[in-house]
Amino acid sequence: MAGVLQAAKNSITLKGSAEIVAEFFSYGINSILYQRGIYPPETFSRVQKYGLTLLVTTDNELKTYLNNVLMQLKDWLLDKTVEKLVVVVTSIDTQEVLERWQFDIECDKTMTDDSKPREKSQKEINDEIKAVIRQITASVTFLPLLEENCSFDLLIYTDKDLQVPETWEESGPHFIAKSEEVRLRSFSTSIHKVDAMVCYKNAD
Amino acid sequence: MSHLKFENDVNQLLRLDSAFTDGPAPRWQRKAMETSRRSGPSNNTSLNSSCKNMSLNMSGCTPMKTSNRAPAKTPSHTPSRAKTPKSGRKSKTPGKSKTPGNAKTPKTPMADRFIPNRSASNFELGNFKCNSDKVHIDEEMMSPSKQQYQEAMSENLNGNVVNSKILAYKNKAPQAPEGYQNNMRVLYSQTKTPSSTRKVTRHIPQVPERILDAPEILDDYYLNLLAWSCNNHLAVALGNSVYLWNAGTGDIQQLMSMSGPEDYVSSVSWISEGNFLAIGSSNAEVQLWDVAAQKRVRNMTSQSSRVGALDWNVYILSSGSRAGTIHHHDVRIADHHVATLDGHTQEVCGLKWSPDGRHLASGGNDNLLNIWGYQCTREGNVPLHSLTQHQAAVKALSWCPWQASVLASGGGTADRCIRFWNANTGHCLNTVDTKSQVCSILWSKEYKELITGHGFANNQLTIWKYPTMAKVTELTGHQARVLHMAMSPDGTTVVSAAADETLRLWKCFAVDPQKKPVQKSHPDKKTNTLLRQQIR
Repeated sequence: MAGVLQAAKNSITLKGSAEIVAEFFSYGINSILYQRGIYPPETFSRVQKYGLTLLVTTDNELKTYLNNVLMQLKDWLLDKTVEKLVVVVTSIDTQEVLERWQFDIECDKTMTDDSKPREKSQKEINDEIKAVIRQITASVTFLPLLEENCSFDLLIYTDKDLQVPETWEESGPHFIAKSEEVRLRSFSTSIHKVDAMVCYKNAD
Repeated sequence: MSHLKFENDVNQLLRLDSAFTDGPAPRWQRKAMETSRRSGPSNNTSLNSSCKNMSLNMSGCTPMKTSNRAPAKTPSHTPSRAKTPKSGRKSKTPGKSKTPGNAKTPKTPMADRFIPNRSASNFELGNFKCNSDKVHIDEEMMSPSKQQYQEAMSENLNGNVVNSKILAYKNKAPQAPEGYQNNMRVLYSQTKTPSSTRKVTRHIPQVPERILDAPEILDDYYLNLLAWSCNNHLAVALGNSVYLWNAGTGDIQQLMSMSGPEDYVSSVSWISEGNFLAIGSSNAEVQLWDVAAQKRVRNMTSQSSRVGALDWNVYILSSGSRAGTIHHHDVRIADHHVATLDGHTQEVCGLKWSPDGRHLASGGNDNLLNIWGYQCTREGNVPLHSLTQHQAAVKALSWCPWQASVLASGGGTADRCIRFWNANTGHCLNTVDTKSQVCSILWSKEYKELITGHGFANNQLTIWKYPTMAKVTELTGHQARVLHMAMSPDGTTVVSAAADETLRLWKCFAVDPQKKPVQKSHPDKKTNTLLRQQIR
């Protein structure tokens, strides 16, 4: 029995992988919002996750927004139609894009719901995710201070032939004109691989 | 001419007002006729036939009207006017009905509006044709070259993402509340710091006792450049040199200087006996200096990058490096590198042994605070507790002098909190948001108080009451962030080094004369602990 459980723990299905990736984004985006000071720190509460103390928003409106986006993202992850998720940080006053967190999602397209699960231990994945989130939290040391009030938006890059749902709209990529780029670590569930990167406006 | 016409019109109207029997058949009649003819195969035929029918109807009445007419008038006038008497109002605008086309075909029925044959026309088809034309007109009108151009443009604008769609959720995330300042800018939230209203009986001088210049002191949060020995020597690293200031006499001497032009001293720490000074440098060396002889005793190279933190536990010197490794050096033996603690992924900037020597606390730029046991093997050590609550680098660390397992730690700009830990259990006992970067923290030996050094916005030193964490006072004066602090061996004076290149000595824990007997017993206690350490 224990052996079966162990095996179940180490095998990753497409559904499970989508679940893990979406969960990572939930915590990752929350970390970015807290670390970059986009929302007041008192609207965040602490949770233990991946062996770290992470901050998660308690603002209901923001929660609903994130849930809606992440629910949709999970569906698209299952369909294997997602290519990137981008967190764009924009100045509210000037509408200028100041920061762009890009997560490239590579997906094993051969994987289907019924195919044989892949082997990778939950712990290994969590350790990789932990390293990425650590880097996000540590990024405040090199990212320039966001002087103005900022808002954020989430962009999802999907396959070209995807039917756009009613609640979604097409958007521009919101690139930053003169930017510095820092690659962060990546993690993989053996089905989805997520590469992280942050671009920020060059201050010079 | 026009006035004549008008007169004519009026006359005609007056006459027609009385009797109206001719003219085209009323609409209901025509309709009835049409429906009877509905069997006609197409739109056109049915329309034509109804037209013929009407013209037939009309032809019967036209002669009568023409007889009523002025000769100058165009014949087309009459049928239009005769049809409905009410239309006479319209005829007041002359020339309106004077269309040459009508003159040529006097037999066609003239109506003031066109009523299409509704029953016979295909509305669905018409509607579809109208709308579909509008939709496709743009794409149809675009030439292939123009389409290619547009594609190229979108490729240029959007980068290499032609094969994907970029989607965003329509309902945008809510914006941060009005008036909210990014918390990294603590300027305006500064006044909100918790402070007590309790009156402090003790007098704390608000100005520093002395101010010393510290030219070229490095403004680097991750270094530890200040240490005060039990022999009352204050060691300060300025750039690439280490200076000793004798607090008793005021003498200054330069102890050493790095040889390389790019090298600098990154940390200093006194052995508890006060005769040896450990110096960590940017080229990953850990040097031991005999202060009395002004000679280097040892140079230990086991680290791979700059050594930003050093602390002693009797004969064990612990060093923390930029690479995140902590090495234990047994300074008595040739093979000095006795253990490696691998618990940080980024630079170690805080390192403190507990007074009883049982625990080592280490803080790093990876926001981790690790607590290690004193028993270490050479390889593969894991911390007793790995504490992740701080949200920024942990540099400020200090062990409580009267409660052996209580540790105070302070986080950097993104965190700004002081936290208290039970080192045995790893529990967080208390936390206080200071609203400012915590660069250094020290416990008072004399009072149940702590002092913390802060950065932006006020660059102040704050004294807190423990355990209530009520603010006792704030000492301001530094022009830039307070990077390091050290306490005098008698525990009365705190020296602070700031990025404004000054050292300020604050006599903030002066001993109350009434407590003197307590102080007398102090040295005994000290030798006691020393003895205990040596026995172990």
